[in-house]
Amino acid sequence: MADEARGVPELPKAERMKVPRHPMATQEPLERIRNFEEVALGYPPEFALEEAQRCLQCANPPCVKGCPVGIDIPAFVQLIREGDFTGSLAKIKETNTLPAICGRVCPQEEQCEVVCVLGKKYKPVAIGRLERFVADWERRLGLSSTPQLAPPSGHTVAVVGSGPAGLACAAELARFGHKVTIFEALHKPGGVLVYGIPQFRLPKEIVTFEIDNLGTMGVEMRTDFVIGKTATVHELMNGHGYDAVFLGTGAGLPYFLGIPGENYIGVLSANEFLTRVNLMKAYNFPRTDTPVRTGRRVAVVGSGNVAMDCLRVAKRLGAEEVICVYRRTRNESPARREELEHAEEEAIDFRWLSAPVAILGNNEGFVTGVRIQRMELGEPDASGRRRPVPIEGSEYEIPIDTIVIAIGQGPNPLATKSTPGLELNRHGNIVVDEATMMTSIPGVFAGGDIVTGAATVILAMGAGKQAALGIHAWLDRLAKGEVAKPAPPPATG
Amino acid sequence: MFRVLSREEIAPKFHRFIVHAPEVARKHRPGQFVMVLPSETGERIPLTIAASDPEAGTITLVVQEVGKTTMAMGLMSAGDAFRSVVGPLGTPTHIERFGTVVCVGGGAGIAPMLPIAGGLRKAGNRVLSILGGRTQELVILRAEMEAVSDEIVYTTDDGSFGRKGLVTHALADLVAEKGKPELVVAIGPAIMMKAVAEMTRPLAIRTLASLNSIMVDGTGMCGACRISVDGKTKFVCVDGPEFDAHQVDFDLLIKRLRMYLPEEQVAREAFLASHECQALRGVANG
Repeated sequence: MADEARGVPELPKAERMKVPRHPMATQEPLERIRNFEEVALGYPPEFALEEAQRCLQCANPPCVKGCPVGIDIPAFVQLIREGDFTGSLAKIKETNTLPAICGRVCPQEEQCEVVCVLGKKYKPVAIGRLERFVADWERRLGLSSTPQLAPPSGHTVAVVGSGPAGLACAAELARFGHKVTIFEALHKPGGVLVYGIPQFRLPKEIVTFEIDNLGTMGVEMRTDFVIGKTATVHELMNGHGYDAVFLGTGAGLPYFLGIPGENYIGVLSANEFLTRVNLMKAYNFPRTDTPVRTGRRVAVVGSGNVAMDCLRVAKRLGAEEVICVYRRTRNESPARREELEHAEEEAIDFRWLSAPVAILGNNEGFVTGVRIQRMELGEPDASGRRRPVPIEGSEYEIPIDTIVIAIGQGPNPLATKSTPGLELNRHGNIVVDEATMMTSIPGVFAGGDIVTGAATVILAMGAGKQAALGIHAWLDRLAKGEVAKPAPPPATG
Repeated sequence: MFRVLSREEIAPKFHRFIVHAPEVARKHRPGQFVMVLPSETGERIPLTIAASDPEAGTITLVVQEVGKTTMAMGLMSAGDAFRSVVGPLGTPTHIERFGTVVCVGGGAGIAPMLPIAGGLRKAGNRVLSILGGRTQELVILRAEMEAVSDEIVYTTDDGSFGRKGLVTHALADLVAEKGKPELVVAIGPAIMMKAVAEMTRPLAIRTLASLNSIMVDGTGMCGACRISVDGKTKFVCVDGPEFDAHQVDFDLLIKRLRMYLPEEQVAREAFLASHECQALRGVANG
């Protein structure tokens, strides 16, 4: 039972509904646009206890089905109410190894919270905030709990990519007793959690803490190792002797618009802009050596979560005017509502129904402006959203110093192109068996954005976890001699 | 961490590092590069591999001091370590028996030329090298290049060594005297590679250039290194670093290399201010 806090009583169901959903404190907009500290501040224990009291403890809880990794949500919420925060976290960790991260960046409003029974009449239980609360509680107390590990299986697995898919897969495999090595191309592990999501939305200390937990589970981390260059997938299985490989290389290839002027200086992909700032800490330049420049006016093209991150980073770097250029309206924006609202509070200038048609520059090659065409919404397109249609003669120009292209990312081909026999779809994503997550090469599995295209942290984690089950089953069959590792491909060149 | 086994100043502001990086050494092919992060707070810079020794597990890098990062590297010594060395990156040079190949190297570009010239020679090509620099001592790696070249011509801007003038003058004379080679490989400052491309274009001599652009990750993730080749956007880090020099928009490359000049200045001055030693004052004034 709990020693860290006293629980609160279980209320009658009718009473539970009357407890209002607790808001989470945030840094004031005018304050936070001058720093890179976390915006959302989390619940204090009393809020967490009261929020936990609201849960109806449904016998057949829809929230669990809404969670891509199937966390036993009523159980962990109940443990919070009882004051057993450590027990609550252990309950989450039975299914999710990265709770401090998921509690912050999961779109709960589309997953667990949207189906919460309480939400039909009142507001749903703040499941994400509670998950974050118990994870933060543990970290602040300097505790770290590692789940029970099965005895060593004698099998070794190479996990390629240390983003959400790879981390989740590695954690699950370690629990099964397999020896896991994660290979990461960059010098710090975490993938998009480190290079992509900014400090003010996901502090890097949290990512480090969660990854260190994997280390205590026996997972080995090899940074500065590019699969496809430093070694190929086939070399991992043959020369390096791994029994299976998981590819979780993500969506690391930036898309550009394909409009004139895109190679002017000051036109950056969202990946470059965010990597300079988040991974390389360019906001500390010249105390750190990697620079980034915004100038006075920054435009960001796109309106997804990555675009919101770019807009808010630009604001924090000191840009006076930060403009979001998006060809549809706020309703079609793929960003989380919370992210949109935070950006709006930070005085981002949203130009809806605006499509960039050309980037303008000067003789020295620097960007000077962007030409925008106004759009209107027409008939729904394949995505079900109303298609933006250009309005003739509506073009206008805005002066800018920097423009960041945040219209999505594709699969990075370094690992896939160097792996003969690996089946890809026409977009370059890896084709897998939906049940086992195995690719066209026996013993090679894949999951996350490299399979689905750019999606969310939690979906990638779910895929990594599912692949771990597929790998575990395959290793079992390998041990029994029912399957065999693929032979190395014939040498070429 | 990647241990520095030795650092040697082979010419003023040119440093040769032998670095322990066994995985990179094992896979290295001519034309490939590594991304080096010297320290935790440093920046990631691309450096073409000048040599590799798979048995010893080492690679050789030649670094010219141009900004804060490379100046700080010049102060490192054996026993120090780089925070990160990742590679080998980029597409290796396509090497086959072409016939006669002219290798044109300028300044720091001589170092990456070394394994390419060596590879071409080993494949049975007649390798004619033209190496240039501002002055005699800046024409680096002469003995190493002589060992992999059938013939070699040196040029210096000030005439202190070899013939006075630019590498393009020597190339024009060489072509006039010996006929058209099957291939020219040019590595050096962008302006030099552009001049070589302009010279060989009317003669229809196939010409490759190895480009040096600003990079962050070096694996195709950020697009900082993008250039225009035959009107199409390419990433130097994964599509290159070598391209058909006649198709490269060198003017764009030269402009894009200037992107962070003001910041480079700030970093250099802050670095010099914090290192009050005599040697560095010499660098600042030189």
